[in-house]
Amino acid sequence: MTAIFFMATIALYLGGTAFSSAYLSRRDDTLAKIALGVTGVGFLMHTVALLARVVEAGPESLVSFHDALSFFAWALVLVFLWVDVRHHIHVMGSFLLPLALLSLIWAAALPKETSAPMLKTVWVHVTLSMLGTVGFAVAFAAGLMYVIQDGLLKSKQFNVLYSKLPPLDFLDHLNQLAIVTGFPLLTLGIIAGALSAEVARGAYLNWNPEQVWALVTWAFYCVVLLGRITVGWRAKRAAYLTIIGFGGVVLTLIGVVLKGHGAAL
Amino acid sequence: MHIIVVGLSHKTAPVEVREKLAVPESRLDEALARLRSYAGIKEGFLLSTCNRVEVYAVVEQIEEGHARVHEFFSDTHLALSSEQLTPHLYGYTGDRAIGHLFRVAASLDSMIVGEPQILGQLKDAFEVALNHKASGVVLNKLVRKAISVAKRVRTETKIAETAVSVSYAAVELAKKIFSNLSEKTVLLVGAGEMAKLAAQHLVDQGVRKVSITTRDAASAVDLARRFNATSIPFDHFRHEMAEADIVLCSTGAARYLIGVEDVEQAVRRRMNRPIFLIDISVPRNIDPAVKDIDNAFLFDIDDLETRVEQNLEERRREAVKAEQMVDEEVGQILHWLKSLEVTPTIVALRHRAEAIKQAEIEKALARLQNLSAQERSVVEGLASGIVNKLLHGSLVTLKAESTSGGGAMFIEAARRFFGLDDPTAAGRPGDTSSAAALDEPDSAEPGATRELSEQHPAGKRQT
Repeated sequence: MTAIFFMATIALYLGGTAFSSAYLSRRDDTLAKIALGVTGVGFLMHTVALLARVVEAGPESLVSFHDALSFFAWALVLVFLWVDVRHHIHVMGSFLLPLALLSLIWAAALPKETSAPMLKTVWVHVTLSMLGTVGFAVAFAAGLMYVIQDGLLKSKQFNVLYSKLPPLDFLDHLNQLAIVTGFPLLTLGIIAGALSAEVARGAYLNWNPEQVWALVTWAFYCVVLLGRITVGWRAKRAAYLTIIGFGGVVLTLIGVVLKGHGAAL
Repeated sequence: MHIIVVGLSHKTAPVEVREKLAVPESRLDEALARLRSYAGIKEGFLLSTCNRVEVYAVVEQIEEGHARVHEFFSDTHLALSSEQLTPHLYGYTGDRAIGHLFRVAASLDSMIVGEPQILGQLKDAFEVALNHKASGVVLNKLVRKAISVAKRVRTETKIAETAVSVSYAAVELAKKIFSNLSEKTVLLVGAGEMAKLAAQHLVDQGVRKVSITTRDAASAVDLARRFNATSIPFDHFRHEMAEADIVLCSTGAARYLIGVEDVEQAVRRRMNRPIFLIDISVPRNIDPAVKDIDNAFLFDIDDLETRVEQNLEERRREAVKAEQMVDEEVGQILHWLKSLEVTPTIVALRHRAEAIKQAEIEKALARLQNLSAQERSVVEGLASGIVNKLLHGSLVTLKAESTSGGGAMFIEAARRFFGLDDPTAAGRPGDTSSAAALDEPDSAEPGATRELSEQHPAGKRQT
């Protein structure tokens, strides 16, 4: 049953991604509305699938990387729905939905079962880290849109994409908001992970590569955030930095998977 | 009953002719009264703007109607003979007249396609005609429909969405950089007309802080008063530039007043917050190399004009869609007009009455099963008698009034009272039919029922 909902969600997100990508080159808003509808239905399916998983195996089930990625996609789509319904910025879907879709496909490719976690509270670490990652994904999308819109304005190409993208300062603000939200969540997630590791293994850190990557990523966003507040790393620079930072996040996640679905923590 | 329009516009007449025929608002009453005094004009409506003067009328005879409105125009201004005037006048009848009204309202016939003023002007003119009772059931419906068509065109197409003047194009660009203009500061450098206009637009869009600098300190003070702005001495406006989010530059200087270093410094002091520079001066006053500075966005007059040209192109594309909508809506309204003919209304009324009668007889007979043939025919006769007596007066009045000035109103009233335009009511005679008819979308629109009551005295007066 869960599997059916899960596959239906992938199909619907695929539809949403296709419609919102096609929307980028069309003048009217119809495609964006279809994308919103299709994704909305997908989101409901997804919610059911996630709840079913939690009921099935308890919140601890979220420890598997499959579920972590699925949760990430769910939260990302939630952000998209909020931005689209609340701010009517349809173009957000063209950037966020592909990310959600990719992570869900990735989740589908991973085994659902993991060895029982060493500690029941590991799911807190996973959930917080994933929510932090959603923040960075949104910052990435906002940064990407910023760089594109900046380029279009500079080269004076007033095309369809130009007309769809929101104002630069909105994107910069969204970028900031996403990091300001995501960073503390990741920080808490890392602390929760370290505590779990300490209880389970007696050491906060064992310096394996994905832990190192995670710390590097954390430090990077810390610097980005401080740079914005102190020396004005905003606008285009912030956009570039958050694009790079998200690359680091993705590498960390890949590292975790290669290491063995996060169970090593 | 025919609908006609006669008039002239920027497309057919030069301003020297238009200004002679234009009717100022204060004299609209008088003009409408004069229009209605011509024989054969049952309803009239006058639209007078700086780009067009048009008379819409409901007339008995087409040719005579056109002739009367021509007469009205040549009587409007004594210095214009009808020979001078006729070449500039156009005239349409029936569906083409309605289509013209819709196109005018939707700003498809405007000098700048999609400009929004015409709709307001149309509403005002309509208000006067309503107050003066110059328009009746037909024109009221047509003008209201024209207003709703115009709104539909504006919401469903992008005809009025984009800027088509250089000064407004600057505002449009500003909105792509800043989402909330009310928090932004504008620095006006120089007192060029276009820059002042752009500054005015920005203030209209919510900008609250404006500072002004001109070489001539006195005019800066003047301008500062106009925009409720602060004036900055010209010598050190470059230092103040960091405070400005939008810099509008338009001076007569023949050299660059703002250089790369000035802008670099401003961006640095702004902690990289974007700065938007518009150079409307020719020769240019801002070094073009500024465009390469990160977070500084420079646009010159050519960029703005390119933008305007693109937008005009877009409006023309959207106008094609709008024309299709107008055609659709004309088709609908023609359907309504057809219903205002008296014969089909009488036939429909008889059918409706017959259907109700039959249904009620069947109901009654079903309950009275033991009646003799004679008793049955008495019951049937009773029903027929009541229905016929009730209808008789209405039908006679309808026939008599259909040729009078208020004929359309009577027919429309009859159709609504008896729910003749509600196809579902025919199958279920009884008490719900007229209520259902009142719920039809057109009647539900505010003021639609008002038009009947408002026009009633006028109708009476004419009979």
